[in-house]
Amino acid sequence: MLKFIGKRLLMMIPVLIGISFIIFAIMSLTPGDPARLILGEYVEDEAIQAMRDELGLNDPFFQRYFDYMAGLIHGDFGVSWVSDLPVLEEIGSRIPTTLTLAFIATAIMTIVGVPLGIVSAVKQYSFLDTLCVFSAFILASVPSFWLGLLLVLLFSLTLNILPATGVDSWQNFILPCITLASVMMASLLRMTRSSMLEVVRQDYIRTARAKGADEKRVIFHHAIRNALLPVVTLVGLNFGNLMGGTIIIENVFAMPGLGTLILNSLYVKNTPVVMGGILFIAVCISIVNLLIDITYSFIDPRVRDRLKG
Amino acid sequence: MEKAGTLKKRSQLQAIWFRFKKNKLAVFGLILLIILVGLAVFAPLLVSYEEDVIAQDVYNKMQGPSAEHIFGTDHYGRDLFARVIFGGRMSLLVGILTVVISLCLGAIIGSSAGYFGGVVDNVLMRIMDIFLSLPQTIMAVAIVAALGAGLQNLIIAMVVASTPWFARVVRSTVLSIRGQDFIEAARACGTPHKRIILKHVIPNSIGPIIVQATLEIGMAIMSIAALSFIGLGIQAPTPEWGSMLSEAKSFMRNDPNLVIIPGIAIVLSVMALNLIGDGLRDALDPRMKN
Amino acid sequence: MNELLQIKNLHVVYQTDEETVYAVNGVDLNLSEGETLGLVGETGAGKTTLALSILNILPPKVGKITEGSILFEGEELVGANEKLIREIQGNKIAMIFQDPMTSLNPLLTIEDQIGEALLLHRKELSKDEISQRVEEMLKMVGIPPERKKEYPHQFSGGMKQRVVIAISLACEPKLLLADEPTTALDVTIQAQVLHMMNQLKKELKTAMILITHDLGVVAEICEKVGIMYAGEIIEVGSLEDIFKGKDHHPYTKGLFGSIPDLNSDVSRLSPIDGLMPDPSALPEGCKFHPRCPNCWEMCKTTVPEYVDLGNGHKIRCHLFGNQNGGGGI
Repeated sequence: MLKFIGKRLLMMIPVLIGISFIIFAIMSLTPGDPARLILGEYVEDEAIQAMRDELGLNDPFFQRYFDYMAGLIHGDFGVSWVSDLPVLEEIGSRIPTTLTLAFIATAIMTIVGVPLGIVSAVKQYSFLDTLCVFSAFILASVPSFWLGLLLVLLFSLTLNILPATGVDSWQNFILPCITLASVMMASLLRMTRSSMLEVVRQDYIRTARAKGADEKRVIFHHAIRNALLPVVTLVGLNFGNLMGGTIIIENVFAMPGLGTLILNSLYVKNTPVVMGGILFIAVCISIVNLLIDITYSFIDPRVRDRLKG
Repeated sequence: MEKAGTLKKRSQLQAIWFRFKKNKLAVFGLILLIILVGLAVFAPLLVSYEEDVIAQDVYNKMQGPSAEHIFGTDHYGRDLFARVIFGGRMSLLVGILTVVISLCLGAIIGSSAGYFGGVVDNVLMRIMDIFLSLPQTIMAVAIVAALGAGLQNLIIAMVVASTPWFARVVRSTVLSIRGQDFIEAARACGTPHKRIILKHVIPNSIGPIIVQATLEIGMAIMSIAALSFIGLGIQAPTPEWGSMLSEAKSFMRNDPNLVIIPGIAIVLSVMALNLIGDGLRDALDPRMKN
Repeated sequence: MNELLQIKNLHVVYQTDEETVYAVNGVDLNLSEGETLGLVGETGAGKTTLALSILNILPPKVGKITEGSILFEGEELVGANEKLIREIQGNKIAMIFQDPMTSLNPLLTIEDQIGEALLLHRKELSKDEISQRVEEMLKMVGIPPERKKEYPHQFSGGMKQRVVIAISLACEPKLLLADEPTTALDVTIQAQVLHMMNQLKKELKTAMILITHDLGVVAEICEKVGIMYAGEIIEVGSLEDIFKGKDHHPYTKGLFGSIPDLNSDVSRLSPIDGLMPDPSALPEGCKFHPRCPNCWEMCKTTVPEYVDLGNGHKIRCHLFGNQNGGGGI
């Protein structure tokens, strides 16, 4: 198992290098001069030139990329071109907001979506099933930012019970978390339901019934674990999408998180901050996916064996 | 021989259409989509772009629904109905365009990887994996923000962000078809590669890919709206559902209609596409239906 | 007479949105304790459905018994309450499924799966006793007991089928339903598994219904043979009657005619013309009449009744029915 984790961590390195290269290329090779964007249109050309020299923007692309990566290897993420603060410090102050959002939303999505999917499948064609399928279907067609606006409209502007913007208290997180979780929950519920329906048709479920196992035992002892296999993978996938979604949702609820930081830095091509922020997100997603694979191997002996071998 | 082939093909399409027709929800989705596309296509005949969509009339701002303005007016006094249907033109067009372009690129990459295998497959798919290891939203946001907001850059960003995904779908579809017994059988009979690809691989993989593409148009419409919402997509005063919502956000307290109506337009079009996609999937493979 | 199983006029349908499939259409069957019946017929003749109905595990919501009765040890199983059915399932009646590859739960150890029936039906046993019994079962089917903590994917096809057999025999059932237990296996393994089943059957005095389309297997281990066609048992009798007797249903003759015989001089096989009817659109009258070489007017309109030729040899055909007025059972 440790060997597997080590191998997976090593495999992250080329992916992260790839991402860093793509993002660095996007930042450097697209039109628009960071110095001009940061200093503004009405600054004299000498000041712009001075800044370009200082930031090393006049060097060739590959040299700049290798300089950046060399720094990264020594743990140096650089300094924000806008605030002159170390990138780690800038990102660090934003991480708690974004990770809180992402993890609570993942938890809500899983805790609500998976059991509902199972119940929905077990009671196929019942009123509850119809309701679940219908709401999941509607939710799957709703853009998250619009759902966020509607929730603000209802809970903040009309009912006046929850704050619409900011990060001052835990109540600020309620609406954004629900927003992020709801949309992802739809796919999870649908996947759980269809996976469960697929599993109960399998021969081994018939074998269990033939042994005289009652419905409860068939579902809990035989079906659920098998049905959860694809669901676990989807939780990991959804976590990634959810991290991406925070860029939009932080904007809706005016939360100063990592997404907002990245977005604002993108506008002015504040490369070190964009690189640091996106690499952090990539590392988070990789680690969650590693955790998902480890969970998977606990559920499925076939995977466990493959990891050993 | 050829004739028998086309006959069989037609009856297969008929069977699919027959099963699709029986699915009431899918038919509802299709009708809904036809209405939405119809409104978008014929928008210039229904309302005037210059007068209703762009020209401001601040004396009549944020009016409720009336005979003259069935959805009311926005914060500049522009007719909301006119803006919503012209917005739909933009959303549907960009959505379909990005999916078609990324599907074509993805099909080229995915099918070469799937068909040639080996080194080509490894190199292409590792590159795609790197793109896929970042959430699509972040990738699209980064590209469009770096290129600068605007219609063309938005499409480029969306295409770059979703092509790797299509490449992977096409590749796995091609691989799963390639591994099936009837391909082995065709190969054992000495059927040339070109004929196998044209007669067996493409017809069998096109169905699932069309289903994915249909569902993906809906996703694209939502992503485009999201990007426009945070100011990275289509710029004012051109109407687009996401940018309309972004503008309306500040006036939400006084006139919720401005937020609710464009949103419903998004939900309806995505829902229509999802219904059609699901219906097509069931019609193509009746065994999958439960 | 110590009848273990009495099936009367059993009808089973599969109802889906698109069609109704008439899988079993009026089956009568008797089985005594310790007796082995071979159930022979083409794919789709309703053999498996019959077995699933006896064990009450027809696919939920789709498969339904519409008519008839199944008496097991004198108790009615059709429409019986859930408690009685659970008590019988896996305990007094057990089933060996056709495909060992898919019949085992991939996430549970084989000990779990073999012990489950004991856990459910032998409540008096402690954990250790169950574990011990599982080891005995494994030894009996020829698997080293120390492999009990392993998972299905670690076993070969033949080994998996042994596990499936061990599961079905765990509670020493009175009746074993074996649904083509050897079709998924290699020929050499087939022989081993059959030999083993034969031994076990004798040891445990279990009655068995062996579903197969392999007449060779039937000749080896069955005392009684039933021939199934389009959801009906069209002929049933002792092994002697079916394999050596003179009087046969035309389908039975066709079935034997389509098997190559090394000892006779016939240069060609004589297969039955045509295909089995679509079970969602069965013909009127005798279901075999469109393919029957001896078909006459009556066959096209009237469903033949069972005719007893003595010694339990019964045939469902108008060729035999008219002399004693289409008599009963």
